[in-house]
Amino acid sequence: MFDFEGYGPSIFGGAIITLELAVFSLILAVFLGLMGAWGKMSSNRLAKGVATFYTTLIRGVPDLVWMMLLFFGGQIALNTILDYLNYDLGFDLPYPQFNEFMAGVFTIGFIFGAYMSETFRGAFMAVENGQIEAGKAYGMSGWKVFKRIMFPQMMRHAIPGIANNWQVLLKTTALVSVIGLADMVRLASEAAKSTGSPFKFFIPVAIVYLAIAGLSDIIFKLLNNKYSAGVVKGGS
Amino acid sequence: MEAIIALLERNDIFTPATLMQYWGGLVTTVQLVFLSLIIGGLIAIPLAIMRASENPWLSRPVWVYTYVFRGTPLLVQLYMIYYGVTLIDGIQDTFWWEIFRGAFYPALIAFVLNTTAYTTEIFRGAIEATSRGEIEAAKAYGMSWAQRMRRIVLPSAFRRAIPAYSNEVIFMLHASAIASVVTIIDLLGAARNIYAQYYAPFPAFIFVACIYLILTFGILGVFKQLEKRLLGHLRPR
Repeated sequence: MFDFEGYGPSIFGGAIITLELAVFSLILAVFLGLMGAWGKMSSNRLAKGVATFYTTLIRGVPDLVWMMLLFFGGQIALNTILDYLNYDLGFDLPYPQFNEFMAGVFTIGFIFGAYMSETFRGAFMAVENGQIEAGKAYGMSGWKVFKRIMFPQMMRHAIPGIANNWQVLLKTTALVSVIGLADMVRLASEAAKSTGSPFKFFIPVAIVYLAIAGLSDIIFKLLNNKYSAGVVKGGS
Repeated sequence: MEAIIALLERNDIFTPATLMQYWGGLVTTVQLVFLSLIIGGLIAIPLAIMRASENPWLSRPVWVYTYVFRGTPLLVQLYMIYYGVTLIDGIQDTFWWEIFRGAFYPALIAFVLNTTAYTTEIFRGAIEATSRGEIEAAKAYGMSWAQRMRRIVLPSAFRRAIPAYSNEVIFMLHASAIASVVTIIDLLGAARNIYAQYYAPFPAFIFVACIYLILTFGILGVFKQLEKRLLGHLRPR
């Protein structure tokens, strides 16, 4: 049953790439999500406008369109900027190659950053205002209030949303195979085309996705327990 | 108007010919999305009733189906169906080949299977949220199971499902861009052709992004009106 006609190791490598891509994108998405949530709740009208524009624009356009725009246009845009810096301003900067992996991480991170902003915004608003005031009353700086009071309490409300976004993000990584990254899906489709037996390769790939999803469910449950320490559930 | 015509005449990319390509892509995208949603929605109703049933022999198989189709990427499902169908031995000699030679029907099948899984779960949630009292009242009136479903449970469940379903419609519109991967010239497919033709990624893709954005807001607007009409009684006053 498990005869992959020699494609086994390379598809396994593809699974690792899928995971790497997903994890790096998640980190970027969490960072952008925190920024976006901060912007949306800020009293600064410019920050609010930028954050709202970002979340609306990202969520209104398919992820594959963003990915192609960034992948096909990213190198051109980068080169134009660097040309300007190097020739007109006299810098001597290197020209980095814009590869599929980077394009994937940037697009997926940017897209899910928009979804994460909504998650974090809701979670921040769930933290009582009195807690923040108390922190300020103790003379903590804004950053300290965030680190010691906001973040630990906010995470409890954010984890279900983050878990949800992560599951969708994981499936979105499959799209990067379209722009040429040798992830699990691309390797499987190449193997399927050359051997003529698609199910032999795609069913294991599907099982790997389901397995990662199941495993991350367990991890998020543990995280949820960690951040809900001391919270007494009502009802039971 | 004259300014627009002058602008159109002066640029090289958005000529009438390429605009027609985008139009063709728009028609294909709308067809794909609309057909998948209609067919998927119809299949999802009996499946959701089965899924909400207390009999595990009815609910478990549906759970397995929705779990698998919601847990794996649509792209993988599409590849499986697209390559799976074209590689069946001897299919080239049957009349099915006429239907499945193009990528449209394999893509449609993949989209239908995917959206059915999500819609089933949305409808199931709405069915299970029916308040106990309504069902008891229906039973007290002597309604049979079928009558209760038809008269009480489903009409209110559909209303409750609208907000979640509007997300699914937008998700389907965005997911349909994947069709361009299997050689269908949908909106994104047209943009990719135009990009390849002029090697101009920004105009080609930003234009198509704007079309998707307009479609998304159009759908949101329609659902907002629907919610206002059908869920008016639940609005906070």
